[in-house]
Amino acid sequence: MNKIWLVTMREYLTRVKNKTFILTTLLTPLGLLVFFVAVGFVMSTGSDTVKVINVTDASNLLEKKLDSRDNLSFVFTDESVATLKGKYKDGGFDGILEVIPLKDSLAKSFTVNYHSDDQLAMDENFAIQSAISDKIRDFKLKKLNLDEATLKSIDTDVTIQPFTILKDKKISSITTIVSSAIGAIVGYAMFFIILVYGSQVMRSVMEEKINRIVEVLISSLKPFELMMGKVLGVGLVGLTQIGIWMILMPLILFIATSLLGIDAANMDGINTGNLPTEELMMSSNGKIAQVLAEIQGMNWYLILPLTLFYFIAGYFAYAALFAAVGSAVGEDINEAQSLTLPIMMPLMFAFYIGISAMNAPDSTLAVWSSMIPLFSSIVMPVRLPFDPPWWQIVISVVSLVLFTIALVWLAGRIYRVGILMYGKKASFKELAKWVFYKE
Amino acid sequence: MNVLSLRNVVKAYHSHIAVNDVSFDVKAGTIFGLLGPNGAGKTSLIRIITTITGADSGEVLLNGEPLNHLHPNEIGYMPEERGLYKKMKVGEQLLYLAQLKGLTEKEAKIKLKTWMVKFDIMNWWDKKVGDLSKGMSQKIQFIATVIHDPKLLILDEPFSGLDPINANLIKDEIYQLKEKGTSILFSTHRMEQVEEICEDIVLINQGKILLYGNVDTIKNDFKEHLFSIKYEGDLPSVTDHLGFSVLEKRPNEVTIKVTEGVSSNQILKTLIDTNISILGFNEILPSLNEIFIKKVEQSNE
Repeated sequence: MNKIWLVTMREYLTRVKNKTFILTTLLTPLGLLVFFVAVGFVMSTGSDTVKVINVTDASNLLEKKLDSRDNLSFVFTDESVATLKGKYKDGGFDGILEVIPLKDSLAKSFTVNYHSDDQLAMDENFAIQSAISDKIRDFKLKKLNLDEATLKSIDTDVTIQPFTILKDKKISSITTIVSSAIGAIVGYAMFFIILVYGSQVMRSVMEEKINRIVEVLISSLKPFELMMGKVLGVGLVGLTQIGIWMILMPLILFIATSLLGIDAANMDGINTGNLPTEELMMSSNGKIAQVLAEIQGMNWYLILPLTLFYFIAGYFAYAALFAAVGSAVGEDINEAQSLTLPIMMPLMFAFYIGISAMNAPDSTLAVWSSMIPLFSSIVMPVRLPFDPPWWQIVISVVSLVLFTIALVWLAGRIYRVGILMYGKKASFKELAKWVFYKE
Repeated sequence: MNVLSLRNVVKAYHSHIAVNDVSFDVKAGTIFGLLGPNGAGKTSLIRIITTITGADSGEVLLNGEPLNHLHPNEIGYMPEERGLYKKMKVGEQLLYLAQLKGLTEKEAKIKLKTWMVKFDIMNWWDKKVGDLSKGMSQKIQFIATVIHDPKLLILDEPFSGLDPINANLIKDEIYQLKEKGTSILFSTHRMEQVEEICEDIVLINQGKILLYGNVDTIKNDFKEHLFSIKYEGDLPSVTDHLGFSVLEKRPNEVTIKVTEGVSSNQILKTLIDTNISILGFNEILPSLNEIFIKKVEQSNE
């Protein structure tokens, strides 16, 4: 036990003291922030030169008004298209928009001609389309004798208010959305943590084998102790990194918002890409309080410890498998690829089931795979915010514990033989044989 | 008193038998040679003694007790394939390895300082092993093997890759450890080293013991009654009636084989009576190398 702890501390300290680790841990949240700000910046800027477009509108459909937008400037003119074409070369404009008279006032489609040797960019195209479409809409409203208010009253917002029957729980219309979001975050995190730190365990095992220090080590302690120490040490590194990020991320966000004066509405715009229409912002502002209340209403006393449990058990199961694979690989790190495939498959599969469980947490697939070990450590945490029946949680936890113990034992059997085998990488058949080797 | 005793140890790996009914004793405070060609089963034997693997049958006793989980702390093992963490600093690494052998951090620090001062390498403490030369890291490996004062030291080809100066340094350390009462199991296929430093040897091939015993006794057992004589004058051309035959003749020196039943004193007496003057008279004992090759070739036939 004492020796396991020595290995754990070595694995932990050499990793945590490593410059790369310190840099990635500190810079990743900062990098993410810079990335989002940069994406927001890129998304909010279009082309930087102003295009001047001459508009001929013989039927005065647009009433000499077209809102300039997105670096487009419209100039109305009474000159004919032919004359304008003559001046194209040095007339100080980039194109001619020819608005053809609207024949049928209720026509579903309408075509305008654009004359220029330079093509319109996509966003310019959209801008002109929507500008003209708005104008024609106003024109049609007038023709039909409708006003804007009447028209708005046609649309109706429908909310589904859920009520429980047997369960004693208050739920609201956005419970599902909040649950999905929490499930999604947990699911993604689980997947990446298991993958990143699991493969670190594998690399560490391979390093010791290639270095040949493993023979010195196991003349001092049991291979199983060495493996467990390694898995524990790397796991602690993972917890440390996540812990630091959980503190740093909000801190950096807070500092950035107060220093740069980015308000929450702006951040919202950045996160949702280029969609911050007024409506969305209005509703999101109104709903923030509701979402917060919803998050507070979650059964965190159940969700948090269980999520931690699934992380630890899932990590142990997968890390042990990665350790076994690392021990079976020869000198060449590329050989590991084919052997890690059987580990990657359930992991990827669990990840995708997790995504589908986000939308349908009570589907047969989601329910079953949240109780099957190797899948459950990713799928169940996704389902937890949806309040699954307690018996499913119990089955899931018990089966995962038993399975993880069995898997760690199995991996230990392979590991103890594998680390002393040099030369070619082993086949799966050999791995199976190693399990039954005597001490 | 035997520090290590093997009794009928057998170890098989699925298809072949690596160690086949091996028994021998290592006396406390001696240097013992474990010899054999490549693939003879030396490493398998060592792995059993170091508790890395277990024997299929038979018994291994350390200080009279069957091997248990505390014994690794009393054994120091330097494998043939040396290995250290390349990215770890010398000091940290040796402290870690010493603690794995059961020393407390404090004990380990004191011991480590003594060794590093002794080898005059205190300034390597914060160097990474990967930045050291091969000879330098061999010294580190040696310290890692002996830092916990093992009762039994197992060295697998300890001099391979060492230049003569460093080899002598390690050799001196081995002798000093022996003086302090450490028993040393020395595995090699380099016979001249064995002859020089080992008292007892065991020779194994294909998992079986071919020879086992005291080095001098073994050499005596394999002697072929050869002598070399240095002289001045004319040696008689026919010598059979004098009790020996000439095998090789060089100017003023001959190698002779003494007829069975004739003692070396008798030969000397006869030669003194002839009119040559004798300058030297030595028995030629077979080298361990010759015995080794002979025995291994016999057993492979």
